[in-house]
Amino acid sequence: MIKTENLTKFYGNIRAVYRLNMEVPEGDILGFLGPNGAGKTTTMRMVTGYTTPSFGKTEIAGINVQKEPLKAKKLVGYLPEIPPLYPELKVSSYLEFVAEVKGIKGKERKKKVEEAISSTGLEKVAGRLIRNISKGYRQRVGIAQAIIGDPKVLILDEPTIGLDPKEIVEIRQLIKSLAGKRTVILSTHILQEVTSICGSIAIINEGSLIEFGEIREIEKKYGSASLEEIYISAISKEVKNEEHMGNN
Amino acid sequence: MRNTWAITKKELKVYFSTPTAYVVISLFLLITGFMFYVMVSNYSILSLRSGGNPYFSMKLNLNQYIYSPFFANAAIILLLLLPILTMRLFAEERRQNTDELLFTLPTTNTQIILGKYISSVLILTLMIVATAPFVFYPFFLTKPEIVPVLTGYLGLFLLGIAFLSFGIFSSSLTENQIVAAVFSFGILLLLWLIYWLTYVTSFLKGFLKYISFFNHFDNLSKGLLDTSDIVFYLSFAFVGLFLTYAVLEVRRWWR
Ligand SMILES: Nc1ncnc2c1ncn2[C@@H]1O[C@H](COP(=O)(O)OP(=O)(O)O)[C@@H](O)[C@H]1O
Ligand SMILES: [Mg+2]
Repeated sequence: MIKTENLTKFYGNIRAVYRLNMEVPEGDILGFLGPNGAGKTTTMRMVTGYTTPSFGKTEIAGINVQKEPLKAKKLVGYLPEIPPLYPELKVSSYLEFVAEVKGIKGKERKKKVEEAISSTGLEKVAGRLIRNISKGYRQRVGIAQAIIGDPKVLILDEPTIGLDPKEIVEIRQLIKSLAGKRTVILSTHILQEVTSICGSIAIINEGSLIEFGEIREIEKKYGSASLEEIYISAISKEVKNEEHMGNN
Repeated sequence: MRNTWAITKKELKVYFSTPTAYVVISLFLLITGFMFYVMVSNYSILSLRSGGNPYFSMKLNLNQYIYSPFFANAAIILLLLLPILTMRLFAEERRQNTDELLFTLPTTNTQIILGKYISSVLILTLMIVATAPFVFYPFFLTKPEIVPVLTGYLGLFLLGIAFLSFGIFSSSLTENQIVAAVFSFGILLLLWLIYWLTYVTSFLKGFLKYISFFNHFDNLSKGLLDTSDIVFYLSFAFVGLFLTYAVLEVRRWWR
């Protein structure tokens, strides 16, 4: 459902993502792990079409995101690391706006907005300005925005970062309940989150993919170690630098 | 088209949920109203003093002594205020990371640019139409020529859409609204005054006159409708929007 092929991104000399090959099958929830600066956000930005790769490509349901962005974007709901909210708008008019640009028309739009509001538990704040709601609620608005229009693919970049413990548990429940039949990529630093939600994981470090596959398989490979141990040992592996930029 | 309109509506909501639009519109009306009042008062004092029949001389000179300078001054006020209107359009999206939503929704850069542009053009239209009550007031007392007033309005509109287009371009260059406003104000002012160079040099005289906003506006404010002036403003607006498009396309690689 989501495929990356030799996906590479350079920022000047910085190698943010390097030759990433992943394939996430339909209905899978992939936990995307790696230290800060590993290239998770950059990868997600290329999958959603926000950023153009330096080389390689990304595909959603067989559609090349770089060549047919409009078609691909229709299939994806995206929650960026910083929720993209207009503080001056009311929660409901913000969601209306997103629904309209997603091409949902007339009465259907009202219905879809209400659905998104109720499935993310935003009823109480729907009429308030985004500026005036709590961080947990803002994160919910970000998620509501992503799920409007029932996209087949959800890309969630650290959806629980900066929330209080209660909010974290709530958002995690919410993601679990929303996943359903969708294909999801979820980046996070909270490994419990991965064990409780995800079917497979990808671990990247310094832009390169280190581990990728079903959690069970990877656990077997590491002799039934805990995810924490797997993560630590994966990211302390030397990243293969044979094709590093010359002047580093 | 639907996406464009959705973006226009969103921009209008943001404009009117912050003081920006109200401040820009009311300042424009206050300043132009004030100028108009002073000009008309001054004019009636002068024509009374000149003795004779004030109505007769008013009819002869109202356009020349009031409307033409009024529109020229209103144009300067637009130059001051319109960069404030456009400064946030792209800069603020970047600063607040909402561009990450905008550019991943199923819409094109063209629709995004047009949506934003149209919202600012609608506010410009509101601003200049709202001056009609006092601008047309003298028509109840006397009979000035209407054509120069209409071309003056057309001139303000054309000049305004050119300013707005450059303002949007400027906003696409930075994530700092102030920088966007100052940059567009500075460059537009320079383009307004560039014909001064023709006083001191004959080098590129025709070209300098052509790219100067002032010269094109001068004709319209005097009631002279010349297609080359209209074409100038429309092309300027088009170039501004096109440059914005180019910036957004290039940015895709760098963000
Ligand atoms: N727009 C950018 N310009 C320059 N460098 C960037 C940009 N975005 C990301 N980087 C760099 O790319 C690397 C990967 O960043 P990122 O994808 O944000 O990592 P993560 O999300 O895993 O923390 C980092 O070294 C970061 O500094
Ligand atoms: Mg990140």
